[in-house]
Amino acid sequence: MEDRKCTGCNCQQGQDPRFEELAKVIEEYRDMEGALIMVLHKAQDIFGYLPEDVQKFVAQGLNLPLSEVYGVTTFYSYFSLKPRGKYRIAVCLGTACYVRGAAEIVSAIEKHLNIKVNDTSSDGRFTLEVSRCIGACGLAPVMTVNEDVYGRLTPDKIPEILNRYE
Amino acid sequence: MERIKLTIDGNPVEVEAGTTILEAAQKIGVHIPTLCYHPELRLEGACRICVVEVEGMRNLVASCVYPVANNMVVKTNSEAVRRARRTIVELLIANHPQDCLVCSRHGECELQDLSRQLGIRKVRFSGEKRDLALDESSYSVVRDPNKCILCGRCVRVCAETQSVSAIGMANRGSDSIVTTPFNLGLAEGPCVGCGQCINVCPVAALREKDDTERVWEALQDSKTHVVVQVAPAVRAALGEEFGLRAGSLVTGKLVTALRKLGFDQVFDTQFAADLTIMEEGHEFISRLQKRENLPLITSCSPGWVSYCERFYPDMLPHVSTCKSPQQMFGALAKTYYAQKAGINPAHIFSVSIMPCTAKKTEAARAEMQASGYRDVDAVITTRELANMIREAGIDFANLSEGEFDLPMGMSTGAGTIFGITGGVMEAALRTVAEMLDGQELPEVEFQQVRGFAGVREATVRIAGQDVRVAIANGLAQANRLLERIKAGEAEYHFIEIMGCPGGCIGGGGQPLSKDPDIRMKRATALYRQDMLKKVRKSHENPAVQELYRSFLGEPNGEKAHQLLHTHYHARSRY
Repeated sequence: MEDRKCTGCNCQQGQDPRFEELAKVIEEYRDMEGALIMVLHKAQDIFGYLPEDVQKFVAQGLNLPLSEVYGVTTFYSYFSLKPRGKYRIAVCLGTACYVRGAAEIVSAIEKHLNIKVNDTSSDGRFTLEVSRCIGACGLAPVMTVNEDVYGRLTPDKIPEILNRYE
Repeated sequence: MERIKLTIDGNPVEVEAGTTILEAAQKIGVHIPTLCYHPELRLEGACRICVVEVEGMRNLVASCVYPVANNMVVKTNSEAVRRARRTIVELLIANHPQDCLVCSRHGECELQDLSRQLGIRKVRFSGEKRDLALDESSYSVVRDPNKCILCGRCVRVCAETQSVSAIGMANRGSDSIVTTPFNLGLAEGPCVGCGQCINVCPVAALREKDDTERVWEALQDSKTHVVVQVAPAVRAALGEEFGLRAGSLVTGKLVTALRKLGFDQVFDTQFAADLTIMEEGHEFISRLQKRENLPLITSCSPGWVSYCERFYPDMLPHVSTCKSPQQMFGALAKTYYAQKAGINPAHIFSVSIMPCTAKKTEAARAEMQASGYRDVDAVITTRELANMIREAGIDFANLSEGEFDLPMGMSTGAGTIFGITGGVMEAALRTVAEMLDGQELPEVEFQQVRGFAGVREATVRIAGQDVRVAIANGLAQANRLLERIKAGEAEYHFIEIMGCPGGCIGGGGQPLSKDPDIRMKRATALYRQDMLKKVRKSHENPAVQELYRSFLGEPNGEKAHQLLHTHYHARSRY
């Protein structure tokens, strides 16, 4: 790629210092095998999620087809194409959690925050997601809020837990 | 090479190590059904239709990816195999729209074929049917994600054969789809409209944008004068649609069929191909003498032109400013022909029949209005023409042989071979060599530029100098060639690039075929036609000479430039 300046969209890359940071990341990883996933990780750290102009910037920078980048970002649940809340709730739907009532936990959160799975609450505080087994089966059903893990959940514990997060 | 001995369905087979079970079976005439497998694409092993039983193994294996081993005992039609295959097809059908009767692939669908072949009479499962929007953003290709069975052949051909990657797999598990990034549609990305994805799609998830209704309308309107041009590659393939042997040349029947459909004048794109050689030949000689913007690269293939605009914008000054034959013809139909025939160009509807889907996008480009009108009003593919002929109830195989109308139906053998990779180069060399040498060529054929290798090169001695030429067919091959040039590893004077493998005969609008030698057969037909032509050099086409005398003036002159040349735009591929 001779030219990494964005030409294809109306984004604010010229003014946004985060793109300079991303350009440095791309520079660092571009010749490494598996660079795409590493760069997308960092890009999500920088921007909080992976909007269209960020994915285009990464594709252009690594000289990859955008379809390939989009294939990766939509495949891994870790990557988000939508802005996410300050706190990310992930309810485990692995087998052990599922049989111990994870679905009811999801419903309780949906009801409490008035959102559906993969949505963000209107105040921007919470994003609700579901995850595969996180390896805490002994505590099933389990959810995480950012780095915090909560086990042996019941629907009635949900409001109290979520109220701890400002 | 190590030889491997195995048994397939009780028959001993000996093959080279590394051969797959599928290939070994094909060698002895054992047919294993496949779906995601395509002989020209990377192996995927995704659909599992080709499963077989291997003695001593617990699970069935996918024969398209599984290599043979010594003393292997393979069963391709045991009860377990049959049951597994049927279940796979049933599951595919369970998610598939059941509108076969009105489907554009009715009768040419691999899923339908499989269902019939396996004798499936009822589907035990009822799956989720999708209701996703069609992608109709492109002038060339329509995507129907609801019909997609996720075999991935389109994704692979777009990436591997064409190095475009306009589409890819997105999402995961049961949400997986083949789509364009952010679902923005083909027109928003790097798609060049080549239609190779259509040719490899086993179902109707990809098809050309159907323009036949607009053509029917023009034909029905008595006030509209409808002229038609036919590209060379069409006559070498159309017969396949009507049960004729692959490689049959159906020029005469094609002309008769077009008259029966009601076209007022039946002309030949080959006439415009000869004209292209006049213009491009002079352009080449001028660049060669001035040593300017070399190599000159051909511009006949709209798939290639689109690719260059998106992937190699810095090479655009090298691309010939000549319009493609289709567009040269279009510009002349509403000027030269209109004037000659005394018809108001506003009443002319100009149709072209092409082996190509990218031609639809080309005709819609804003620059293509040199006549003051849209130069080519509608482009239909070989397949769409076959549909029209069928719908009109024309018994194609038994038609008499017609002749093209004059003057724009007159062409040389050089115009004919435009349809094959290397053909434009050969046609140009026939003319350029005589113009520069000032004497008749001892041998018209330039065998050194023929063949099907992805990239070919040759050195031709013309007027005391070595002219280095190269030919690429398929965009991944063009990419390979251009990278070598950019790296300074190769240097040429003249390059022909065709967007599709094999050139136009392998275009995205051609009849669907499973014959591995199909391109060769169609090419042979065109080379035969070239040999049978009395005139085989573009500059000797009397109708083209007359066109310059009475209308255009000099090749590359002012009027020629205004009508027959164009310009290009760098475009973003992201």
